[in-house]
Amino acid sequence: MAVVPPPRSRIRRTEEVPSSILQEFARESRWAPVADLTDRDAAGERAVAPPPPPPPPPPPPPPPPPPPAPTEVLDLRERAPFVDAAVSGTLLAQNVSAWFGSRKVLDRCTLDMPAGKVTAIIGPSGCGKSVFLRNLNRMHEVIPTAKMGGLITLDGVDIHNDELTPTEIRLRIGMVFQRPNPFPAMSIKENVLAGLKLAGKKTKDPDALVEWALRRGGLWNEVKDRLETSGAALSGGQQQRLCIARSLAVRPRVLLMDEPCSALDPISTRVIEETILEIGREVTIVIVTHNMQQAQRVADTCAFFMIAEQGAPGCVVESGPTAEIFGNPRDQRTADYVSGRFG
Amino acid sequence: MTVTELRPPAAVANEAEPVIEAVPRKLRSFGINDWLELGASAGSAAAATGVVYLVMGWRGWLGPALWWLVLFLAIYRVVVGESNGSVAATDRVMTVIIGIGAAISVAALAWVVLFVVGKGIGKFRLSFFREDMAQVGPLDPGGGAKHAMIGTLQQVGIATAFSVPAAILTAIYLHEIKGRMSPVIRFFVDAMSGLPSIVAGLLVYTVWILRFGMGYSGFAASMALTVLMLPTVTRTAEEILRTVPDTLREAALALGAPQWRVVLRVVVPTASSGLMTAAILGVARAIGETAPVLLTAQYAAATNTNVFEGKQATLPMFVYQLIRQPNQTQIDRAWTGALTLLLMVLVLFVLARSIGERGRRKRGA
Ligand SMILES: Nc1ncnc2c1ncn2[C@@H]1O[C@H](COP(=O)(O)OP(=O)(O)OP(=O)(O)O)[C@@H](O)[C@H]1O
Ligand SMILES: [Mg+2]
Repeated sequence: MAVVPPPRSRIRRTEEVPSSILQEFARESRWAPVADLTDRDAAGERAVAPPPPPPPPPPPPPPPPPPPAPTEVLDLRERAPFVDAAVSGTLLAQNVSAWFGSRKVLDRCTLDMPAGKVTAIIGPSGCGKSVFLRNLNRMHEVIPTAKMGGLITLDGVDIHNDELTPTEIRLRIGMVFQRPNPFPAMSIKENVLAGLKLAGKKTKDPDALVEWALRRGGLWNEVKDRLETSGAALSGGQQQRLCIARSLAVRPRVLLMDEPCSALDPISTRVIEETILEIGREVTIVIVTHNMQQAQRVADTCAFFMIAEQGAPGCVVESGPTAEIFGNPRDQRTADYVSGRFG
Repeated sequence: MTVTELRPPAAVANEAEPVIEAVPRKLRSFGINDWLELGASAGSAAAATGVVYLVMGWRGWLGPALWWLVLFLAIYRVVVGESNGSVAATDRVMTVIIGIGAAISVAALAWVVLFVVGKGIGKFRLSFFREDMAQVGPLDPGGGAKHAMIGTLQQVGIATAFSVPAAILTAIYLHEIKGRMSPVIRFFVDAMSGLPSIVAGLLVYTVWILRFGMGYSGFAASMALTVLMLPTVTRTAEEILRTVPDTLREAALALGAPQWRVVLRVVVPTASSGLMTAAILGVARAIGETAPVLLTAQYAAATNTNVFEGKQATLPMFVYQLIRQPNQTQIDRAWTGALTLLLMVLVLFVLARSIGERGRRKRGA
């Protein structure tokens, strides 16, 4: 079957979320923002091996950004599942450092990832983009030797807060990996529902959720007749879209994507970019990409990561609106990189 | 080899497009080269046979066969090297050597199986599975191994029920949880897998039967078999878990799964057919054991369906008991018992495989 991206209007029209799903994703009281963040020492918060140098005074947490101004008339139903979208999904990284053993790979990265926007992370290979991304949903600590310092907040809540488990964080901050990794022992349908099963949650109407997530992932039309077949029997691009659908099915507030299109053909890439633009209104998206055109096409804001010299940890060189990073960068290294003159 | 003339594209464009049918091409036909090759091997074989015959005159069989093999390979190497070059010749010779290796193992296995079938088929009839040896004198007709089959199934069943879950949990501890005790446990498991089976029997005999005074029973034998199965299944299961890619674990964790659900819902289902193989290997190790059973369940000529009390026969013990008897009837029964054991293993393996396959087919992979 030819992989033809469905026109966007069609995706939107068929967008219907059963109300049963909405109720199940009611917010939990434990997830209230901490009242005062300013008296916390961001870097000294956790015991980390080499304590990072005293951070510059952390910028006050920005006021909850206004709901993303829709550039075109949106179907209201579409926004319905994310009733709290106006205040939810703001990710803020302050002076985030990371180590593997005693080797520092990330140095005091500060980045604002506004709610309902797409943030692209660009930079040369090995500069710590993936490490930074994995810090954002506490996948970094899965590696035994890994340590981190600094503060990461989701809607003003420290995600490394003792009261929160990594599991709770990862339910709200989903992740799509560079290489598609559907569960081979599960069917397509089971793959989409895997997030709920794995988190021990139930849904009253699994079929509706599967259809919703697969439509969002731009995969529904290709697989609707074979939902019971193995997820591993799809093409690479289809698998990646299945993984995106799988991440969306748990309704995260933030979706992290680590080079989601690096193994895909241009058509699958376009479908995924359309998906990003679609869901990017409601879910905060942080995407790592090596493709400058892609960053320009999908991202509202952009951050350029780099290692200053051989062996040094990576850091944020510059971040800001995409148009400025690409059109009018402040830093010469950014200008060199985005124009392809970088050594 | 034929060289296809490439016509200039212009010529093609001018001609009317011929209709080309999509027909699968036959890619490997038996051509002149294959005949030459066959000739080379036949010639080498003939030459080697001739030389061995002239020099050694076929006394014995192992010596001449080995010499024949060496000579054949040497001549074959030279013949093929002459026409095809040295790289191709080495490739052929290695292919032949590998083929011979495979043939030797298959032949050994086939020989054992055929030997047992040939010896045991004589008394192989339905009554053999319906009767025990309680009322059967050495020279009587009839008699069978029902009691031994029951004992083997019960003892191995109990041992499997104990050891396979424990072993898989241990493997999960070793590879998924990677607990602090992992290196120590791995060391002991490795050491245990070299444990001679009689030592396992002695352990149960000394502790359970002598010290606790529990008496001989099938259950005592199950415990000895459990000790034997544990390391085999544990290490195999750990290797199987190692084959599950880490990306799947990461995907599950990133979806917000606690680790136990990752293991239960992603790792174990992905590895299920491999874990089945691990269990099969454990059963294969236990089902033919004689020494530990000799010390713990001994042998009984009558059927004893109570594993927890009294001596109980097993198929290996049945064979061991009867093969030492002086008369042919008993020896024939022993061979039939061995054949039964072989068939039992075969049936178990096929069952386990088909269960694994069914699981995989259900998933459509
Ligand atoms: N599991 C790990 N153990 C030790 N070091 C690691 C590990 N993962 C990454 N690193 C190191 O961290 C640094 C940053 O790696 P990272 O994967 O974040 O690079 P990246 O910017 O994502 O590169 P790419 O664009 O090639 O994916 C590298 O120097 C790498 O060697
Ligand atoms: Mg990376």
